[in-house]
Amino acid sequence: MRFGGYFDSMPVDQTLIGRVFPATKPYAVSEERVREFVSATGGTYDGGAAPATFPIVLAFDAMNAFLESESIDLFRIVHGEQRFSYQRPVRPGDVLTATLSVASLRQIGGNDIIGTTSEITDQSGAVVCATSATLVHRGVDA
Amino acid sequence: MTPGDALEPQRYVVRRADLVRYAGASGDFNPIHWSDRVATSVGLPGVIAHGMFTMALAARAVGTWTDGAEVLELGCKFTNPVVVPDDDDGVVIDVGGTVKDVADGRATIALEVTCAGQKVLGMPKAVVRA
Repeated sequence: MRFGGYFDSMPVDQTLIGRVFPATKPYAVSEERVREFVSATGGTYDGGAAPATFPIVLAFDAMNAFLESESIDLFRIVHGEQRFSYQRPVRPGDVLTATLSVASLRQIGGNDIIGTTSEITDQSGAVVCATSATLVHRGVDA
Repeated sequence: MTPGDALEPQRYVVRRADLVRYAGASGDFNPIHWSDRVATSVGLPGVIAHGMFTMALAARAVGTWTDGAEVLELGCKFTNPVVVPDDDDGVVIDVGGTVKDVADGRATIALEVTCAGQKVLGMPKAVVRA
């Protein structure tokens, strides 16, 4: 652990491990939103299930709320890893929320490596997808 | 699909405007994906593609190979940044795949995702319903 200036440059708090953050506000998946997402990655959407990476919209929303609550700057975050495990595909008509928890936290070379998991559930409370992310928080001196 | 099958490589071009569009569609407005000033201030070589943008392209390739089969698992590490220059040409992402295993109604595809010959995703893998 480093001391001088630690709290200024390294805001990530060790007691976060295991903490569960409040669910994001419900997100209504519409054909228009799915089409936008598909078009943005160069594909065409003819209706039906959303692309496999679409749930990142929910997970990202949950991550933003987490970063804001911990006063961590988004621009210091680089994505290290992402994994999805699906119970079923996301479809228009789903109303989804994401609940993020902090799974792990370690420091390497002045960077914080934050492991999170987000569970994405539909309006009936059923889990649609679980996703884990590793976020690399680049320290000021890194 | 049979284990050992090499899937037809897919090629995608990524330009700055694509990143801006993806930012809007995904809600990821991290300025390292659109501002060289911010990107270089945190030690990056320049604006980089969203890791999830590259992963979305990998998923698109899987959809092409499997005719849109249901994806059961998808994951990767982001090992090298995809630097997207502020020009008209952008960069090229190549996605290759090999069928590793087909069992119990699940097919596992190992992916290789490169930019200018360099791997940008670590151990990218998809499991689809087969």
